[in-house]
Amino acid sequence: MFEAIAFYLFAFLTISMFYITVTTSQALYALTALAAGMIFISAFFFILGADFLGAIQIVVYSGAVMALYAFGMMFFDTTRDVKEKQGNNAIILGLGTMAALLIVAIFSAPIISDNISAFYPMTAGAGNTQEVGMVLFTKYLVPFEVAAVMLLVAMIAGIVLAGKKMDISLTLTEEDEIRAMREEQEKEVS
Amino acid sequence: METAYLIETVIKIVVILLIFSALAGIGTYFERKVLAFMQRRLGPTNVGPYGLLQVAADGIKLFTKEDIVPTNVVGRIFKIAPVITAATAFMAAAAIPFLPSFTLFGYEVHPIVADINIGILYILGIMGVGLYGPLLGGMASANKFALLSAARGAAVFISYEVVTGLSILAPIMMVGSLSLIDFNNYQIDNGWIVFAQPVAFILFWIAAFAETGRTPFHLIANDHEIIDGFGTEYSGMRWGLFFIGEYANMFFISFVIPLIFLGGYGDGSLLGALALLGKVAFFFFFFLWTRAAWPDVRPDQLMWLCWKVLMPIAVLNILITAIVMM
Repeated sequence: MFEAIAFYLFAFLTISMFYITVTTSQALYALTALAAGMIFISAFFFILGADFLGAIQIVVYSGAVMALYAFGMMFFDTTRDVKEKQGNNAIILGLGTMAALLIVAIFSAPIISDNISAFYPMTAGAGNTQEVGMVLFTKYLVPFEVAAVMLLVAMIAGIVLAGKKMDISLTLTEEDEIRAMREEQEKEVS
Repeated sequence: METAYLIETVIKIVVILLIFSALAGIGTYFERKVLAFMQRRLGPTNVGPYGLLQVAADGIKLFTKEDIVPTNVVGRIFKIAPVITAATAFMAAAAIPFLPSFTLFGYEVHPIVADINIGILYILGIMGVGLYGPLLGGMASANKFALLSAARGAAVFISYEVVTGLSILAPIMMVGSLSLIDFNNYQIDNGWIVFAQPVAFILFWIAAFAETGRTPFHLIANDHEIIDGFGTEYSGMRWGLFFIGEYANMFFISFVIPLIFLGGYGDGSLLGALALLGKVAFFFFFFLWTRAAWPDVRPDQLMWLCWKVLMPIAVLNILITAIVMM
């Protein structure tokens, strides 16, 4: 009974949080609702007994949304409403509904036709952390490593794009030097 | 059985909530006294013997103060931010075994709310979410200094989490489990982990200061601008909730460090339990000691420290541990 209560409670909370994320025009509401929704999703993992994935969900998404906050801070005055440029409402509504229906169909089709079978049955005596590790490092080793390489590529690209002046620290340089640098830049522009 | 388990859990939650909210209050008293003695002052002396009732006076003040929500803030976020800090601090406590299991009136009590087998991961994750409190409070406040402190909070968050995660990996590899009770039991047979993993211990300890936002990483409050950062616009109990969260977090992390590295409560005897409380007291005192002895670092220094010094050391530590274990 408690499982059912917890499931419906968190299902309602998650959906309402993501609804707020999509509909609000206030950047801070959207971000906070997104973070809350992501954290509420972890409850489903805990209900299913996948503690490890639940904790990972919290750790990963709380960090990821934190990065979004940093962007939000840079681009918006987060205490004001954002004026959104809205196109044709009918198209947005239609496409959104179709995408949602498609996702539901994709995920429910195999469940309805009973075509799901577990390739890797539970190993006796292993906790779910070990289970995840075993599957990750045997069957899914290649995708796992490819994902790691992709992240490395993204990191190096980020460093190259952002790192042109990384050896200069504005906090450590003297006021006069900064002024000289700025004058030099202005000369180049003109 | 189901009902008994439910009642037991609810009682445990209430007891932990009461004890640690009270301890958070008393923690502020200790902090003021310890800081005062280290700075050759007397600290609170007027209310009650040795100023002990200062805690109660502060409580009355916080509860009865007018609750102000300034005009331009983002109302809901502003109101929920302190709750996040306090609530996540206590949620993290669910997976901490505070004492060894003992028998009370013929009923065996396990002083841990939920013995999930990924205890450490859960605790660190939830404590990390706790930093959302200052961040949201700062961003919703419509105040320059609060926003600055929120930005610093984000910087702290993205720097220290890597170090905590990586530093704790090496002990986890040795124990082969993520449950704090397993950590404790491992150390009964194999000696304290701190002797095998001194580097990981130091790294985790440093990261704990960032995790709780204490000096020398107290960047979320703008001490050098003589402004309280994210708390500038808060008053009354909302501000008090931030404080309860911070001090509860300090106590909880002081429980986690000895449990992981310093043998925890040992074999579960009374002596072991007292030893754990002694270790907790030491780590809590160390937080205050550092605050009296060290200035804050700059945000860029913190990021430099975490990413360029501590993270490579942690990775090397993991590599060496793995090679030795093979």
